[in-house]
Amino acid sequence: MDERAGESGMKLLFNKNQHDIDGDSENANEVSRRKFLKIVGVGAGSVAAVGAGIELIPYKAWADSNPNGWGGNSGVSGMSAATMGSSQEVGNHQWAMVIDLRNCDGCKSCTAACQKAHYLTEDQTWIRVFEMGDSQGNTYYMPRPCMQCENPPCLDVCPVHATFRTDQGVVLVNQGRCIGCRMCMAACPYQARYFNWKAGAKYPDTGVAPTPEFPVPQRLGTAGKCTFCVGNLNHGLMSECASACPMGTIYNGDMITDVAINSLGNTVKLSKFLYENDAVAYKDEYNTHPRVWYIPGHGQNLDTNATTG
Amino acid sequence: MTSTLEKKEIEQITAIAPDPSWESEVREAAMRSIVTKPGKNWWIAVSLLSLVVVAGLGAWIYQLKHGMNSAGYNDQAFWAVYIADVVAFIGVSYGGAVVSAILRLSGQSWRAPLTRLSEGMALVTVLIGGAFIFPHLGRPERFLNIVAYPNFSSPLVWDFIAIATYTLATAIFFYLPLIPDMAVAKNLVDKGGKRARLFSILSLNWMGTKKQRALLHRVLTVISLIIIPLAVSVHSVLSWAFALTSRPGWMESVFPPYFVVAALYSGTALVIVTIYAFRKGYKLERFITDRHFVRLGYMMAALGLVYAYLTVADMLTEGYTGITTGWIQETLTGKYAIPFWFYVIAGEIVPIALVVMKKTRNAKGMTVAGVLVVISLWIKRIVIILPAATQPLISGQWGSYHFTWVSITVTLAGVAAIPLLLMILFRFIPLMSIDEMEEVGPLGSIEQISKETLKAAREESIPEPSKEESK
Repeated sequence: MDERAGESGMKLLFNKNQHDIDGDSENANEVSRRKFLKIVGVGAGSVAAVGAGIELIPYKAWADSNPNGWGGNSGVSGMSAATMGSSQEVGNHQWAMVIDLRNCDGCKSCTAACQKAHYLTEDQTWIRVFEMGDSQGNTYYMPRPCMQCENPPCLDVCPVHATFRTDQGVVLVNQGRCIGCRMCMAACPYQARYFNWKAGAKYPDTGVAPTPEFPVPQRLGTAGKCTFCVGNLNHGLMSECASACPMGTIYNGDMITDVAINSLGNTVKLSKFLYENDAVAYKDEYNTHPRVWYIPGHGQNLDTNATTG
Repeated sequence: MTSTLEKKEIEQITAIAPDPSWESEVREAAMRSIVTKPGKNWWIAVSLLSLVVVAGLGAWIYQLKHGMNSAGYNDQAFWAVYIADVVAFIGVSYGGAVVSAILRLSGQSWRAPLTRLSEGMALVTVLIGGAFIFPHLGRPERFLNIVAYPNFSSPLVWDFIAIATYTLATAIFFYLPLIPDMAVAKNLVDKGGKRARLFSILSLNWMGTKKQRALLHRVLTVISLIIIPLAVSVHSVLSWAFALTSRPGWMESVFPPYFVVAALYSGTALVIVTIYAFRKGYKLERFITDRHFVRLGYMMAALGLVYAYLTVADMLTEGYTGITTGWIQETLTGKYAIPFWFYVIAGEIVPIALVVMKKTRNAKGMTVAGVLVVISLWIKRIVIILPAATQPLISGQWGSYHFTWVSITVTLAGVAAIPLLLMILFRFIPLMSIDEMEEVGPLGSIEQISKETLKAAREESIPEPSKEESK
């Protein structure tokens, strides 16, 4: 693990002592969840008017109506308290991601780094860079990792509980149990699921068995997807895609410490960053509650970054 | 008022009615497949079909070794031919079960010569359809994980429960009417032989007493009542594997009835094809008449119209507002236009025309219609599955599925397995339900006719069957 980390030039991300969970916020969060759903309804309506086919839910609208939600000083998200609270312990981190589309030039370094680290085939784009069009005929780029939904459709439909969600909010696949039915691929609205249709890329035998956190090598006939590089994150390292991004587009974040960082060393207060930059959750009207936020844009910051970064 | 059809009926009845040797005739015909040794053609057919099945198994082993990519699958065509096979094969099974169950419940005595064949077809096809889950899975050897770690919120677990229950019910539904026949059959084969012993065991000491009859009748009514909602549930749950995802083209409230009607439509068609093949093979024209085919043809045509209606309802609702029209465009004018319009012509227009036109309203015409419907409905399943699976959900290109020799061979093996298993199965059991045929008599089983027709027959001083007089 450490060797791989050195290779891709990782940066120290989080100090483990930073988190301070506010236990008193639990009740407030129960209420905020209900409010949130209302906002989602309203937000979906207003967004739908902007661009058909692209479904975005603004973070701001949610945060305005939830002063006690995470990002205030409560620690744990209202969303996660509702989705995990009763049945699952809340872990010491709640991993998240911010993708700042103002910085993305569509170079696909993220995809390449991910495929290299996980020994994936060319088709297996766990983070895929989509070329998007707007109503003016312009194009922009949108990297799409697994959204690590708080309410993942892939988890609901998996017949054998091979898909599960960790106490850190990461959705993983147990490839030792997966029967290969591909129901998860049908259910995912983000096309973020990939299957091992044929034998994967050549993998140097390290003698270490694949785990859901680091499913390498991929197993033939099972489903795979982005793991958020949760092993890296828990060792204070960045995810492969984030650290490989030359533009600092991808931020790894933690909702408990409320910090996010990108490859250019920009460290931001996660909630404030999302709020001030009009962050949105993609296709949240599917009731998925992604842990990946997008800051809308079309690469307009690229010149500035090149000089300051 | 007697139409030509009714006149034909009367002719048929009078031709058969005075015959006193109904019982022995039925027994001889039903036991034909057991008592006589299989001929040369039977062996040739069985060998050829077995070859296809073995080739399919070989292709599947190849697929296991080389991955599902060899069957044409990819990340944007993650569900394709095998799930269509599962839906289509379990679908035709429903037709067999329903012809038997609905006609039994509604007291249609003309069903008598058809029940055994259609129940046998139902059993064989549900087993094959269930088996197609294995090539569909990337890791078939872990199949029992569904039992070990079931996630009851997954539609696939519901599928598993529904299909398993339905298969069991189909087997029971096939076996129960067989009990009295086994008692008859054990006396018609060599005494002390292996088959006599098998029949004796299967007959469960059936003596044909009043009490036994009453009990069997009651149990059959109950299982007929159970199997109809059970089959509805199977096809609804199968449809939910698609409809409970957020994909345009699949997330449709019309899907459960859509799948149920498709199953009934294709199933009735396969019943027609099956009884035609067995009628021809074992020369059962005396018992399975053109009138049977026409009645089944009417049923099939009615179901075909309902299915066409549901297809329109589905596509119009989705397409009108223009929000999720991608898959509709692909279906109507794009990549899937040829298979879709093939279904419209060969799966709806032609078969219904064959039923409507007097000239083709006979055994042959109905069988041609049946074959067309079975093939078209399999294609229709592909057209339902592929556009929604291959559509881009974010942006970019449509995916595509390419048929490969592996998926084609495996599917053909399933197709060949139907006649193969039926031909073998009916070497061990009577072709028709002897008991039911004897119960309803020549009049009932050949044709159930209305009072008016009988009256007309009387006026034309045609001798009436003895059974009818005693009533």
